[in-house]
Amino acid sequence: MTSVQKYGLMGFGLVVSLGAPFLAPQFATQLTMLWLMVVFALTWDVLGGQMGYNSFGNILFFGIGAYACAIIQRDLGFDYFVGLAVGLGIAGVFSALVAVVLGVGMLGLRGHYFAIGTLGLGIAAGEIAGGWDYVGAGSGMVPPLYPTGLEGREFFFYFAMFALAVITFAALRALYQTRFGLALNAIRDDEDKAEAMGLHTTQIKSVAWAVAAVFLGVAGGLTGNLLGFIDPRDIAFAGATFGVWMVLMAVLGGKGTLWGPVIGAVVFHVTQELFWTYLLGWQRVALGLLIIAIVVFFPNGILGTLRERFPEWFGERMEERS
Amino acid sequence: MLDNLQLLFSYPVLGADLIANGLMIGSIFALAAFGMALVWGVLGIINIAQGEFVMLGGFVALTAAEFGVPPLATIPIAAAGLFVIGWGLYRLVIFRIVDRDLFVSLLATFGLSIVLQQLSNEVFGADVQTLETGLGTLYLLDGQIVLPEIKLVAFGTALIVGLLLWAFLKRARLGQAIRATAQNARAARILGIDTDRVYAATFALNAALCGAAGSLVVMAWTIHPYIGLPYTVRSFLVVVVAGLGNIIAVIAAGLGLGALENLAGFILGTEYQIAFVFVAMVVILVVRNWVLRRKREYLK
Repeated sequence: MTSVQKYGLMGFGLVVSLGAPFLAPQFATQLTMLWLMVVFALTWDVLGGQMGYNSFGNILFFGIGAYACAIIQRDLGFDYFVGLAVGLGIAGVFSALVAVVLGVGMLGLRGHYFAIGTLGLGIAAGEIAGGWDYVGAGSGMVPPLYPTGLEGREFFFYFAMFALAVITFAALRALYQTRFGLALNAIRDDEDKAEAMGLHTTQIKSVAWAVAAVFLGVAGGLTGNLLGFIDPRDIAFAGATFGVWMVLMAVLGGKGTLWGPVIGAVVFHVTQELFWTYLLGWQRVALGLLIIAIVVFFPNGILGTLRERFPEWFGERMEERS
Repeated sequence: MLDNLQLLFSYPVLGADLIANGLMIGSIFALAAFGMALVWGVLGIINIAQGEFVMLGGFVALTAAEFGVPPLATIPIAAAGLFVIGWGLYRLVIFRIVDRDLFVSLLATFGLSIVLQQLSNEVFGADVQTLETGLGTLYLLDGQIVLPEIKLVAFGTALIVGLLLWAFLKRARLGQAIRATAQNARAARILGIDTDRVYAATFALNAALCGAAGSLVVMAWTIHPYIGLPYTVRSFLVVVVAGLGNIIAVIAAGLGLGALENLAGFILGTEYQIAFVFVAMVVILVVRNWVLRRKREYLK
């Protein structure tokens, strides 16, 4: 793909994304969730795809962000939008801090121990939040309501989430082009050698997790406000849905690529909405079968397969990396 | 929390009661953990659907009881039923992921667990169910330790099954083939062992162990379609602590986990009991890894 075609495609995508909520206002919430899924897949891919650490518990940072933001909004008594802005900022920073602290212990684990350890973290967080009265325990938490009498709630959250997805994408794209991105790939390919070459692997891994956590934290805060209700197990720390979907979307699109998670998120979200609409009651069966089919038959994902088949169109260009 | 601790110190018998009940529960964790260790060691797969097999075992036992089978006789029926299901799942899905990397097998068995959850939700209903055994309750030390007899049955069953499994792996032809495959699959194939059949048998055996565990769970406690994951994590925890090849260690770790969990559930409050299991797993993983890191190694 020449760069003209590529930027043409990106421009087209941008126009569609900006116009979509006006063309189909009845789907505005679903479209907002689509951008959330893009953020999920992109942030998962930082560790899972680029660094080779398959985390099943990144949902932890999403939930922490959701609760942190809601607590700030509830207890500091700001005006709605000021509170939201402050809350989102603190949600991101706090999630990143948690990632750094947990990273000290967790990121020493490798392979499936890391995968299952993080899975445990995510579920433990949900159980603890479900028993903790300060955050509403099992009955959940309600963030402050969007000011009544103000139109355009859907549009506000749509564009906020869209902006978050675009910023995440741009930030990760920039990150992958630096030496830091190469260091992540080095850790994926052979961690011991990377360490022997003088890379401070522990530090790099913690920073990478913190980067993923920042965006997840902000996404969590935003989602809590969008949905208007934070349930500890089904929304904030929803390991069995969001937590696995983010892995699946990145794998479906092609892990370790920049565009793969975006493509995977879009395809997955549309499929999933169709399942939920037409296969109600059996949607999880269909989803489970889809998971098995994807990982067994397409472990390279959509973009990975395309790259193998049509390298002249989708192959990675060297100048992109420099 | 402090109140509960104080209560425990003033009435040590209460602690004994909790530990006794916990040990009995732990025997069931040990059963499921045998299976996980087998599959992990022989096929190299960490089966996330382990807890779903336990759950299915419970539902098979319930269904058998509805047809008039006496409750205790449902244990072998659940095991046999799950053996068939496990064999079928191996032929459908698992054989495709045996030689793939762990990430694939983790995700694929996770997919399997979601499918099994919702299928049993559709077939058996979402209610919390239990099977009444008609067994009595033991009161020890003037009724200070209350122990339902079914928990003793569970304890005995787990020990007997563990012993049988050990004898099977040591003596039977198939058991020896399983151990040979675990040691070196390629060499086993060269020596004429049909490793594919060994894998199928191992996976089915694992499902049968979980099925037996599930039938005990439904008689001693309750069961519902979404109960699986904590059982998966408990088996994983037991296997991580006990290692892959040691049945005695698996029993000990299972019993220990049961007792510890019951104590923690009392001290922290039952709403945190599941959280305790998961946090304990994370802490044990991190600590074990920390110890290894000092020798420039890591958990493999």
